[in-house]
Amino acid sequence: MSALLEVSNVSKVFSMGGLLSRHQVRAVEDASFTLEADRPEIFTIIGESGSGKTTLARMILGLELPTSGEIRFRDKTVSHRVGRRERLAFMGNVQPVFQNPFEAFNPLKRIDRYLASTARRFLKLSDLKAIDRAMDEALVKVGLSLAEVRGRFPHELSGGQLQRCAIARALIPNPPLLIADEPVSMVDASLRMAIVNLLKALRDDFGVSVIYITHDLATAYYISNRIIIMQKGRIVEMGDARTVLENPEHPYSRLLKASVLSTEDAGAGKLATDAEMVRTASALAGAERSRLAERPDGRLVRVYEGA
Amino acid sequence: MLAVFRDLLRYNIEFAIGIVLVGLVVIFACLSFFSPVDPSLIYMTIPDQPPSAQYWFGTNSRGQDLFWQLSAAFRNSLMFGLTVAILSRIISIAVGLASGYIGGWVDRVLMFINDIFVAVPIFPVLVLFYFVLRNNLDSFTLALIMACFGWPFDARLIRSVALGLKHREFTRHAVFAGMSTRKVLLEEHLPYVMPIIFSTFMNNMLWSIGLEVTLAVLGFTNINNPTIGTVLYWANSHSAMVVGTWWWIVIPVILIVMTFLGLFLLAISMNEYIDPRSRLRRMGA
Amino acid sequence: MTQDILKVEDLKAYYQMNYFGIEREVRAVDDITMTVRKNEVYGIAGESSSGKTSFIKVLAAAIRPPFRVINGSVKYDFNGKPIDITTASEAEIEAIRWKHLSYIMQGSMSVLNPVRRIGRTFEDFAARPLGLSGRAFRERVVTHLAKLKLSPNVLNAYPHELSGGMRQRVTIGLATVCHPEFIIADEPTTALDVVVQKEVLQLIRDIQKEMGAAVIFVTHDMSVHANVADRVGIIYAGRLVEEGPTREMFFAPKHPYTAHLVASLPRIGDTSQRPALEGRPPSLADPPQGCRFHPRCPLAVDKCRREVPPLETIGKDHRTACWRWQDVKPLDHVHRANGQEAIA
Repeated sequence: MSALLEVSNVSKVFSMGGLLSRHQVRAVEDASFTLEADRPEIFTIIGESGSGKTTLARMILGLELPTSGEIRFRDKTVSHRVGRRERLAFMGNVQPVFQNPFEAFNPLKRIDRYLASTARRFLKLSDLKAIDRAMDEALVKVGLSLAEVRGRFPHELSGGQLQRCAIARALIPNPPLLIADEPVSMVDASLRMAIVNLLKALRDDFGVSVIYITHDLATAYYISNRIIIMQKGRIVEMGDARTVLENPEHPYSRLLKASVLSTEDAGAGKLATDAEMVRTASALAGAERSRLAERPDGRLVRVYEGA
Repeated sequence: MLAVFRDLLRYNIEFAIGIVLVGLVVIFACLSFFSPVDPSLIYMTIPDQPPSAQYWFGTNSRGQDLFWQLSAAFRNSLMFGLTVAILSRIISIAVGLASGYIGGWVDRVLMFINDIFVAVPIFPVLVLFYFVLRNNLDSFTLALIMACFGWPFDARLIRSVALGLKHREFTRHAVFAGMSTRKVLLEEHLPYVMPIIFSTFMNNMLWSIGLEVTLAVLGFTNINNPTIGTVLYWANSHSAMVVGTWWWIVIPVILIVMTFLGLFLLAISMNEYIDPRSRLRRMGA
Repeated sequence: MTQDILKVEDLKAYYQMNYFGIEREVRAVDDITMTVRKNEVYGIAGESSSGKTSFIKVLAAAIRPPFRVINGSVKYDFNGKPIDITTASEAEIEAIRWKHLSYIMQGSMSVLNPVRRIGRTFEDFAARPLGLSGRAFRERVVTHLAKLKLSPNVLNAYPHELSGGMRQRVTIGLATVCHPEFIIADEPTTALDVVVQKEVLQLIRDIQKEMGAAVIFVTHDMSVHANVADRVGIIYAGRLVEEGPTREMFFAPKHPYTAHLVASLPRIGDTSQRPALEGRPPSLADPPQGCRFHPRCPLAVDKCRREVPPLETIGKDHRTACWRWQDVKPLDHVHRANGQEAIA
């Protein structure tokens, strides 16, 4: 078994403030996980704002360098400080899908130019017919077609269609790995599941691994193989998605699950959050000396010394 | 392009007025190509004639027909303003976009140079150039020098827009679509700074023509070359207002006001048209 | 019998634009009739560009050209003082703002001035409607903040010194300090994290109960409606397509769009395939003929393509605009099972 993506002991520290009041923010602390090459999966990173999930994604995409630790993609260190050729080779293998489909394409430009540029650059196509074919193939994978998209401006399509175009563009180089940062949080409710189901189909039918970054536990449960839950830069629980989410062990994971709004007793007005739970979970965010401990069911849970 | 022009004419009163004013001045300036007299020669007609059927704008104390004199002067000054504006726009776009988008040490170096140009006082430098070059200081050389000083403020402005654009998702998307830096800057970002470029273009023309007038009135340019500034220089040196040849001053000033008012109206109306938000609304977003 | 505080009748509000000769008419609100009662939370759901934001603009009396009310009336009844937003003068509307009618916005920063201390913002908004000043005003605000479990210290803070959740609490405080009878909450929790979201929802619910105010709660998130609203109205392409008590909307929806919205919500513990709705929301500049949902509707028949279904009453407080409402069934098994229970 070879590793597709290896994240080992990665930390990222940002220095904030001016000359006098400089303080450091640990956006990501000692994160490690591995994605295997021959087993496509949806690997979900769950966290609230400020949990470091987006920073982690940016580091995997090579947009940001880790302060310590290393990220390796197919045994090569990921970095943006490499030659253009090497960087393009990496981009051909790891493609992003971003949060806001309405921002994914320049509103003043036609959408197909991004797809054409991707095909030209990564598939090294120059023949117009071949470019069209590559674009159409990718669009068909996401349930659209070139005929529907060609010549359109972003405002002519719905958020769901735009996000599908963005995914289609990412799929053109046939990358083994997609990094999807909150891909559905800005998509309308009636169109959201189409995108989520699409990610699932990419894994099942085309063998694409997806790192799915979200704050939504319900969709994470619905599509993920494995998940990690991050709290203030630290991984607090990691393991099989179903196991972890059905029965979370770490207090923070439990709090997140308890905060998911249920529709099963709609109209009953049950909202109260257990204040004790919030206190316990937030107390652990700053706790020193902790490590990830393995549990018999395969999950890793952060335990705190002296707690 | 023609349709754009027609729409603007029909639905934008500022544009219509602006185009009429600038159009009149430009036609007037273009007439100099058909001038029957060489505007650099003196004592070709009777001096100090008031405006009449024969001399529409009168003649000056140097025996020049002011109509043809001013026509040549406006051609030269407009060309001068255009040259400065175009050259300095090119520098400010290149520096502003690259500095904002690439960031890091490129940004620091470019902005360091930028700030030096902001800090250097332009007027003494121009006077210095005049003393060194004397009559070799033709219009084009002066335009080049002024273009070198006309970009830094606008480059900063463009940089601030580029900084915002850099973090928009479509920029990252373009990068991951394999677009080169040049392509990202010219095709993705340039349309967003066009409104700035247009409005600063007009400002820059105004600034450069104004500065040329200042230099000329003080006699720090080649005073034999007819420009708006040198016309006023000669008028001043012949005490035109005192001796009663008022048309020597009043007519050029009216024409200058028309030019600047027209340019200003064109700038604001075109700005509204090329503004990305208004463009999007017209596209139906 | 509970009293109505807001009565909207046959409301049509369009955007009429003319940019360089290109005329466009966007029918953002097209024939909406509804009422909101005293002391209830009325949830409005709808996706982006469904017209829900435009509808809220009319209710909030924030009608600016090119947006215009074409037809209908929006009548508030504040303690026997009736006012029709569509005909009232600027001064009359100014008089009810904040005192009777207030808002909780999505981004707290749009209300809180970043360079003013919170206390000053409270004075700007509430001092005049309350008719208090100085110490009396401050005492009133402090007592009110205490109800929201906020310490009086926040009045001395600048907005950036508070967390997102705290800021949203402050805006809720700001919107409720004058005890208005009607509050419009526009996606108040969308920008918040899940844990904080739940707390803020709880807070809105509590303060509403205590003051007996009516709240219009707008969000696209059906799971928020499930927990906050007493009644829910669904807006699709500028029209109200279904309205009913929250429980019925989730367990026995009578419009295929509602049924879909409910069924598409994934749940922890349930891995069954979630259905996705094909197609895209129609353009309000050029909506489809007949029922506006028909191009995406699994139940559509010929009649739906030709005739607009009226919003008809089909049960207590339950109205739907669908020719085939009797054939609409909950789409997923959990709601189906609970629904039968609920009806039994």
